[in-house]
Amino acid sequence: MTVDVRAGAGVAGGIGQRAIRPDGVAKVRGEYSFSGDLWAEGMLWGQALRSPHPSARIRSIDISPALAINGVHAVLTGADIPVNRYGLEHRDQPVLADDIVRYTGEPVAVVAADHPETARRACAAIVVDYEILAPLVDPENAIDAPAIHPDGNVFRDLVIRRGDVEARGPIAVEGTYEIGMQDQAFMGPEAGLATPTSDGGVDLVVSTQWLHNDRDQIAECLGLAPALVQLSLGGVGGAFGAREDVSLHVHACLLATRTGRPVKIVYSRAESFLGHVHRHPARIWMRHTARPGGEIVSVESRILLDGGAYRSSSYHVTANAACFAAGPYRVPNGHVHAVAVRTNNPPCGAMRGFGVVQSCFAHEAQMDLLAAACEIDPVELRLRNALAPGDELLTGQRIEGTLPVADVIRACAALPLPAPAADDVLARPGGAGRTADAADVRRGVGFAVGFKNLMYAEGYMDGSVARCRIDAGVVTITCAAAEVGQGFVTLVQQIARTVLEVDDVIVAPADTTIGSAGSTSASRQTMMSGGAVEQACRAARAELEARAAVEPGARGPNPGGIDIVALTTREAIDVTEEFNHRLTHPLDADGQGDAHVSFACAAHRAVVDVDPELGLVRVVHLATAQDVGRVLNPLQVTGQIEGGIAQGVGLAVMEELIVQDGHVRNASFTDYLIPTALDAPTVEATLIEEPEPGAPFGAKGVGEPPTISSTPAIVAAIRAATGAPCTRVPVRPRDLT
Amino acid sequence: MSEAYVLHVNGEEYAVADAWLGESLLYVLRERLGFPGAKAGCEQGECGSCSVLVDGVLVCACLVLAASAVDAEIVTVEGLQPAERGAMSDVQRAFVETGAVQCGFCTPGLIMAVHALLDQDPEPSDLVVREAISGNLCRCTGYGRILEAVEVAARRRSGGPDGAGAGGARGPGR
Repeated sequence: MTVDVRAGAGVAGGIGQRAIRPDGVAKVRGEYSFSGDLWAEGMLWGQALRSPHPSARIRSIDISPALAINGVHAVLTGADIPVNRYGLEHRDQPVLADDIVRYTGEPVAVVAADHPETARRACAAIVVDYEILAPLVDPENAIDAPAIHPDGNVFRDLVIRRGDVEARGPIAVEGTYEIGMQDQAFMGPEAGLATPTSDGGVDLVVSTQWLHNDRDQIAECLGLAPALVQLSLGGVGGAFGAREDVSLHVHACLLATRTGRPVKIVYSRAESFLGHVHRHPARIWMRHTARPGGEIVSVESRILLDGGAYRSSSYHVTANAACFAAGPYRVPNGHVHAVAVRTNNPPCGAMRGFGVVQSCFAHEAQMDLLAAACEIDPVELRLRNALAPGDELLTGQRIEGTLPVADVIRACAALPLPAPAADDVLARPGGAGRTADAADVRRGVGFAVGFKNLMYAEGYMDGSVARCRIDAGVVTITCAAAEVGQGFVTLVQQIARTVLEVDDVIVAPADTTIGSAGSTSASRQTMMSGGAVEQACRAARAELEARAAVEPGARGPNPGGIDIVALTTREAIDVTEEFNHRLTHPLDADGQGDAHVSFACAAHRAVVDVDPELGLVRVVHLATAQDVGRVLNPLQVTGQIEGGIAQGVGLAVMEELIVQDGHVRNASFTDYLIPTALDAPTVEATLIEEPEPGAPFGAKGVGEPPTISSTPAIVAAIRAATGAPCTRVPVRPRDLT
Repeated sequence: MSEAYVLHVNGEEYAVADAWLGESLLYVLRERLGFPGAKAGCEQGECGSCSVLVDGVLVCACLVLAASAVDAEIVTVEGLQPAERGAMSDVQRAFVETGAVQCGFCTPGLIMAVHALLDQDPEPSDLVVREAISGNLCRCTGYGRILEAVEVAARRRSGGPDGAGAGGARGPGR
């Protein structure tokens, strides 16, 4: 690939340039401290005992055999938790189950011991007497089944009515689609180190997406004032939504305060699969009607999301699945009914794409059906219906910012197709392992488009705080935004360099000593925390210029003819600013309202090689055009696009947590497959730059769109190669014939 | 607890005392000897994040019992690079410059794997590179920038043009 992005602001490593990440050298040298690498003098190892049943009543827990083991310092149960309830948006989840367990893997006790193996043996020695109950595992039955939680079995029931809900066009297509349970499968398992403090509080270094929300939940559960709980960001080994919910946080803090020793907890991979939320599995029915020219008249949809045992973010995932159910197309009449239910399956919550991934798989399959029914080219059909600024969404919201849907469609379709398959065994489906015969391999091409909201929605008051300090010319930026791998720390430096016209910028560690930056999710940190950093730097620059104006002696070598060292030596400049986006509003009883801040779209074209008889698929090539607002760092945008597409490949052809009767059957990398370098396609990307009003430098978050429409493009390509309907992801070998 | 044993890591000898004999090489490197560069991503040999060299062979340190490695020369990511602060091997430098690092958890294992590859095959084809690093899972990058980093490192070793490749996406209308 080649890169040719407009020049930055002229400052080395500034906005628009291929700036190198500040933590890169430490990461390649193995010196970067991930939360699992933490160590403290006298530290103990924590370990949770988890329920082997999806639904059971705890009759009794006998911890005495565990306490009798040499090296065990504490064993805690639900009775030891001051306030035994937590939850990302709604406190419906016990820290340690004290009465009913509602999913396999739910923690029921925690142990601190002097060696991780001792802690594991102690957990095995705890005797829990369970009365096993019949689990509720079919989401279709959840609405009418007896409640499995005092809050009931429905997390949200949302209806969107737009236009004339009875209107229909002469051409109709319908289908039912299923999306399996995907896991974020970040590489660095959950880890944290809690240290008791002399004032009765606790410090926790942890990998997370949102320090302040964690801090508030921990303080509540521990019955401590928030000021007594300090959180710092440990090195985060990827997140993708799975670190929005609290995992080991309260366990580690409580063990630390009870033992008076530092306590470290690191999940095993199996525990990680059980210990965080997953992408909601979904069943979606859709019917589109259109005029013969392909113009959409109506969209109807019913969406059922399995939220698992606890609410997490199911409420807002439901809204996203519903609001974007029709895709980036003009739909004058619509009726969407989305429900998320509680079951005894693993809890589901945030994952990259957040409800839209599920809907997009369905609406893009529908668009291909509609194209066939109207005898119109699938790309042309999408162009004829493409949303544009000024149009209204299903929710009645008018698109005020940029949304170049037609541009991404045209640009993606115009990218060159890859060469025919090389005559190399390694290049065939199945690679060296299961050699497909070249004569049986069929190539297919598929196209898909998706769009999604950026930032939090439905009236949430969202902000981010950043601080810019210039002391004797040294610029330090502090912001609590969680760097999870995406490169926010690079962006901080680029913004500060551009605004202040300096070379060196120190990015201070993220912790709760400054105000909240909100969550690293919803593609929001580039705008929210990028905006806060920009605002703080602009305020600092204004102060610099004001000082220079009254101190003629301070004219100097820095751009703008000022001497930044002289101007900040006697008295440092220290400003803290908060960035907020414009207000949004809740959805009304008809699902109408200005609920979303901003939108981004992308188009994907996939090329696959399939051997239907062997059930093998190789995703050869992904072309994409993405609406990015403005490119702040071409290296990092490319990294988000390629990485997001790989996760879309995974959902399309291999990734699914298999849950039977409430038990996860493949909680390991041996059985839950994610794409390797042999599975990842070559990616050809075009970036569409239409600056977004109100966003810093016009940039949009770029992390989620690559994951949304890549999956349906790949499945469309598989359909083209095989003729099989493929209405379910991941596509399994038996779906190909 | 076992008798003390000695491991040879990055050219130095380290005594391991008061350890449980069942500990993996990964655990002992990370928790007892202060080499956290190898990461515990799955502890069953699937993800490659703990890749180290044992007598020149690329292995998953999670699958090797530390006590079975007493007579071997062990090299970790900390032993690959020049000792001075911030210095990098050619492969490490290529990773940083091409954007091959995101969260960085898989990175040390990949650095080990790419060194092992290029030491044996200085000019590998794209498919050979993919095969060679297919035992190292990365969830952030989709491997695109990693493949470019390998290409850049290989090109530099063979005396090709310096500087990271042009990689990345195309700008509008070009």
